Amino acid sequence: MSEAILSIQGLSVALPAGGDRQHAVQGISLDIAAGQTLCVVGESGSGKSVMATSVMGLLDQALRPDAGQILLQGESLLQAAPARLRQLRGQVMGMVFQEPMTALNPVMTCGDQVDELLATHTDWPAARRRAEILQVFERVRLPDPERMLRSYPHQLSGGQRQRIVIAMAVILKPALLICDEPTTALDVTTQKEILRLIADLQREQGSAVLFITHDMGVVAEIADEVLVMHHGRAVECGPKDEVLRRPREAYTRQLLAAVPGMTPPPPRPEPAGPVLLAGQGVGKTYIARDWLGRARPTQALREAAVAVRAGETVGIVGESGSGKSTFARCLIRLIDPTEGHIHWGQDEVASLPESRLRPLRHRVQVVFQDPNRSLNPRRTVGQSMVEGAMNFGQSRAEAEALAAELMAQVRLPVEALQRYPSQFSGGQRQRLAIARALACKPQVLVADEAVSALDVSVQAQILKLLREAQDRLGLGLLFITHDLRVAAQLCDRVIVMHQGRIVEQGPTAELYARPQQAYTRSLFDAAPAALPPMEDVPA
Amino acid sequence: MKVIVRKLLAHSTIRFGASVLGLLIALALLAPWLGTVDPAAMDSANINTQAGTHGTFSLLDGTSLAHTFWMGADNFGRDIYSRVLYGTRVSLVVGLCTAVVALLVGGLLGMLAGYFRTLDALLMRVMDGLMAIPAILLAIALVAAMGAQLWTVVVAIAVPEIPRVTRLVRSLVLTLREEPFVEAAKALATPTPVILLRHILPNAMAPLIVQGTFIAASAVLTEAILSFLGLGLPADIPTWGNIMAEGRVQFTQYPGNVLFPALFLVPTVLAINLLGDGLRDVLDPKFAKRGA
Repeated sequence: MSEAILSIQGLSVALPAGGDRQHAVQGISLDIAAGQTLCVVGESGSGKSVMATSVMGLLDQALRPDAGQILLQGESLLQAAPARLRQLRGQVMGMVFQEPMTALNPVMTCGDQVDELLATHTDWPAARRRAEILQVFERVRLPDPERMLRSYPHQLSGGQRQRIVIAMAVILKPALLICDEPTTALDVTTQKEILRLIADLQREQGSAVLFITHDMGVVAEIADEVLVMHHGRAVECGPKDEVLRRPREAYTRQLLAAVPGMTPPPPRPEPAGPVLLAGQGVGKTYIARDWLGRARPTQALREAAVAVRAGETVGIVGESGSGKSTFARCLIRLIDPTEGHIHWGQDEVASLPESRLRPLRHRVQVVFQDPNRSLNPRRTVGQSMVEGAMNFGQSRAEAEALAAELMAQVRLPVEALQRYPSQFSGGQRQRLAIARALACKPQVLVADEAVSALDVSVQAQILKLLREAQDRLGLGLLFITHDLRVAAQLCDRVIVMHQGRIVEQGPTAELYARPQQAYTRSLFDAAPAALPPMEDVPA
Repeated sequence: MKVIVRKLLAHSTIRFGASVLGLLIALALLAPWLGTVDPAAMDSANINTQAGTHGTFSLLDGTSLAHTFWMGADNFGRDIYSRVLYGTRVSLVVGLCTAVVALLVGGLLGMLAGYFRTLDALLMRVMDGLMAIPAILLAIALVAAMGAQLWTVVVAIAVPEIPRVTRLVRSLVLTLREEPFVEAAKALATPTPVILLRHILPNAMAPLIVQGTFIAASAVLTEAILSFLGLGLPADIPTWGNIMAEGRVQFTQYPGNVLFPALFLVPTVLAINLLGDGLRDVLDPKFAKRGA
């Protein structure tokens, strides 16, 4: 094996006193050789990002490395002066972050931003810099590089922005490329392209890549070596096939087992219950007016239809901007549809005024994506929990008894009712949000990306919880997600949406086995690679 | 809650602002027991007495009191120390009441404008119109129209502040109404007034409190300006503004008549502003340090 580009030896980073553990990162060692990709995988809070930021020398002031070494081409980074680190960043190590919109300066054109980097690190004349920028834009396969030079970040799509960030990271041909969750904020089709791009660039330049991700599918796609982290420690490290197929540690197995597969389970018997939530021909048009008052309509949703029966789970999948959330919001009447019919049970509610809608609202409840924002931070969990039940005419005592009972169902202690949402983890908060929805005794639960912000193991628990609630209460479940793997595991039927329209729908097993439409097929192709089957542990 | 209190106490700017303000409040409340005489009483024997003189103060009913003229007496023979101390009451009451009135009215209008989109355009254009008039001119016009009383002064100072509060609250409501917990409350059939009071208002409180302190500080100044111009409270109520106005004619011989009330006015405004700055540091998440 050739000389390691990046070598970390026994790195420990101390957390400030009063944290939930003493070290954010403890005793991590790794080596990446030129042309190799090392994937660091772990759940949130595992310390993987802290490790990456210590390599970049961008650690938060409150955190300090207290043991170990970071060597970049033999040069120790922990002892390097800030000026030297600035020089190294960009020249010897390039960085790609998760959110391309915040990594770019919104008031500078993309060309100027890349140019600033070159002006800092090289003494090239302006014409040469411009030529290099155009060349790198072509290398990261940005369409129309000339136009990109003059574009502001908000004029580009998420994928194009991430390409600009990657262009900045690779333009000086750094020996090390650090990618911190670079595809997490992107759609699957875009993710696929970005992953391919990173792999191609690596091959061209022979860089070493340190790739941080939480997604095992991404690991399976691009890693040479894998390091699994948990609570700041390295759990397991080795070549990709070893770790994914023959994991030695229980934690790795658990993590791998929690990743949902793309193969749907055998179909459940078709539900015969009544239709609890239905929409026909639902459309939503937003009208923006310019300064002359001329209308510019945008059709966010066209001719969408769905029917959810008791005990059935219907999935709506699609990329961002496909109109799936708009559809869900219309169905629960959080926004008013411009056309179409919506039925909650027998009642047509599409154009019902809020005052007449309110008594019916308990029938359809909703769980949102971001558990940190779906509970009012200034109210105790108990207060949030009884609100709905009391709105629907229960007394405080009844509502509180129900809340206590629901806490047991979502496996949280009853004392949690007295606490504030900030005292809970993301997964716990999502359980609370589910419990709050169940407190209204709904017939249909709409889950809008309800597990997308959660770690895989937590995700698995929440999905289990939803399934249990459905079996117990005969709930209809409408599940909106961008994650095809989750939809495969949970849903009886799946609706695929694209650009505000329904592209295709059908029973999950059938749809996944034989997608009819070209768009559906491209969506399935872009989904992260399936994990290789795990082999049995040698006893 | 305890955490917030601890954070507030740990902040040196807040500690300083709050102690100065606390001292001023104590002075205002305890004024009758701090060696003062009736601030309106005139004693012709003591016209233009120098600061620091020990002497006697004769009241109209003939009784005389041993009295120290800490800050001297004015050209009517009134004790400036007593007038300044009693003037503290006016300034603090006007500052507090103005802030409360401006926050209540501005907060209500802002919530309406932010939550009900149909009201938004109308309300905000009225507010824009109000903001186009210079605050002090508007206040002068209002006091002139309504007559000089404590409540009219408060209203007159509060009205020009209302548009700023309305704008602030509206912008907060515009972001808060899109929060998932507000949408969840809507899905839980929570009536709109309850959503506004229970879910939106508490989450907008921190910036509002901060804005309130700045309004209080500016109200103390505006009240002093109005009194100085002779448009504030009736002349028989001592305020820092009218003490300064009356001292102005003799400023070259007796500068103390202007300087002593000013020595109270400056730290009051400074203390309230510092308190506001500190509160913003602690309460506003934008200024809160990460992980702190």
